[in-house]
Amino acid sequence: MRQGFRQSMAWLHTWSGLVVGWVLFAVFVTGTATYYRTDISRWMQPELRREATMSPEALAASADLAVAHLQAHAGGARTWFVTLPTPDRPLVELFWRNRPGTPPGHVLLDPRTGAPAALRATRGGDFFYRFHFELNLPPLWGRWIVGICAMVMLVALVSGIVTHRRIFADFFTLRRDKAAQRGWLDAHNVSGVLALPFHLMITYTGMVTLALMYMPWGVTAAYRGDQSAYFAETGQITRDRPATGEPGTLAPVGPMVARALATLPGPLERLTIVNPRDANSTIVAVFEEPHGLSHEHPQVAFAGTSGAIVEVLSGALRPAAKTFTTLVGLHEAHFAGAALRVLFFLCGLMGSAMVGSGLVLWTVARLPKAGAATGFGWRIVHTLNLGTIAGLPAGIALYFLANRLLPLDLAGRADWEVRAFFGAWILVAVAGAWPAPRRAWRLALAAVAGLFVAVVVADAATACGLWDDPAWFLGFDAALLGLAAGFALISHKVARFAAPRRARRAVPEPAPRMEAA
Amino acid sequence: MNRSSSLSARASVAGRLVLAAGGGYAVAAFTTALLSLTLPMPRAEAVTTATLLSFPVMVSIVVVAFAARSLGRAAAIVGGLALALALALRLVAGSPPFGFGS
Repeated sequence: MRQGFRQSMAWLHTWSGLVVGWVLFAVFVTGTATYYRTDISRWMQPELRREATMSPEALAASADLAVAHLQAHAGGARTWFVTLPTPDRPLVELFWRNRPGTPPGHVLLDPRTGAPAALRATRGGDFFYRFHFELNLPPLWGRWIVGICAMVMLVALVSGIVTHRRIFADFFTLRRDKAAQRGWLDAHNVSGVLALPFHLMITYTGMVTLALMYMPWGVTAAYRGDQSAYFAETGQITRDRPATGEPGTLAPVGPMVARALATLPGPLERLTIVNPRDANSTIVAVFEEPHGLSHEHPQVAFAGTSGAIVEVLSGALRPAAKTFTTLVGLHEAHFAGAALRVLFFLCGLMGSAMVGSGLVLWTVARLPKAGAATGFGWRIVHTLNLGTIAGLPAGIALYFLANRLLPLDLAGRADWEVRAFFGAWILVAVAGAWPAPRRAWRLALAAVAGLFVAVVVADAATACGLWDDPAWFLGFDAALLGLAAGFALISHKVARFAAPRRARRAVPEPAPRMEAA
Repeated sequence: MNRSSSLSARASVAGRLVLAAGGGYAVAAFTTALLSLTLPMPRAEAVTTATLLSFPVMVSIVVVAFAARSLGRAAAIVGGLALALALALRLVAGSPPFGFGS
């Protein structure tokens, strides 16, 4: 590091990128899938029948059924969460936290009858969403690990930009016919530079979504650590109404839903019921985000025992708060329509490609000379690379496959799908460690392609009778086939690339100038 | 950087790493707390602004920790900055900054 600024940044870029690359790849891939979270959930529950409209009366009635279920099954919980039905997803989703140490409660109800919905059990797209920032670990651990990796990613991006002499020229540079290392370097540069604004935005805004967890010291200094007071003062949530300890009875929620709908425009998304059996219980009706970039939910809070409105929140955030919610909104991209969502998805794929090609570049740049044995560190990096870059997509494919093939009445079915996901991932990672590197890549990527084709076959064979909108399901399957084709193509390229590269190796040629490796 | 690093080079890297992570977070945390208390805007706005700025602050400290000519120089810059911020925070808050007084 006694060299110049650029060299020290190149070094920082290489090593910071390597140590967090595997986690970042998983975060990028599952985050990219999360742009289609609701679509994945819909595909994974093909029994669901959508409805044309959802009247306010039906919404109020479903809320009453939801509370009746919670009174019967979740009386001890401190907070109940009720997601109300929509025409696209006519289900009432209930969630409640029990005492620490016991798993939280979760159930889907039919909004007409209040009985548990007759759907296959699955975590659907929510699994990818949570994995994206918790890695299926205990939330505190997962979020800190992802946060640290995101910070290192930001460092890798900044140092990567500094490392680049010629950002603009890199837009148009992909020297596939030169040495392997050049090709990978250019692939890394193209995927990194083309979508650079997206990469910077998504990394920074991702940290902003959990900013108060990672950097709570402003709230510590100015609010003595009271986060809910801070959030209420910014206008993002309604004020806390602490429990009195006196028992109280919840008034019917149906009329409150009707009043909320009369108070604010826009679709009602969910109800949060705090301290449901306390005299000071609160019901907060949370609306969908209005049109615009900002992530802010208009809300109406009711006193639970009387049904009187105690607070209405609707827009009017001050500049910093508006900036904060806009950054969160940019990360989630709930505002994006179909075309923009495709663009976000492609940018996410580019991010995955940038991380993946960066990881591969590390190994390619350090390939041992012909005949020399590979070092231990090189094997470790190579094995983790293959295990992550091919293993994770294999896991995703098997997660979908398990959804179609597991018996519908299997106990713990949703958990078995998750086990299938990790089982396939681990299997590919372990199996990929033994064969020669190039062969391992080719076979693993071909296996991923095969698995995605198998998903489509299994869907058509077992579920086509359930499709309520065949065109939509065929579209989803076509996207999966597109992924399969992509993996097959890369596998083919890996196989074909071997010959010319080795041949050229025999001929001495000037060493390629290294810029980012 | 040459891969065959000597022992002292490795120690320098380890030192910079500790400096970047620990010093970077400390400077970011002190900056956030200080700005939260001093920015001339409503309390909630000041906290939000300060928190949003904390991540760029941390990134720049990491860059400084790895770009400085020597480990000692990096430690002097980051340590000096952290110390100055901690003193300023103590003046503004009127009590030890974190955890102890609150």
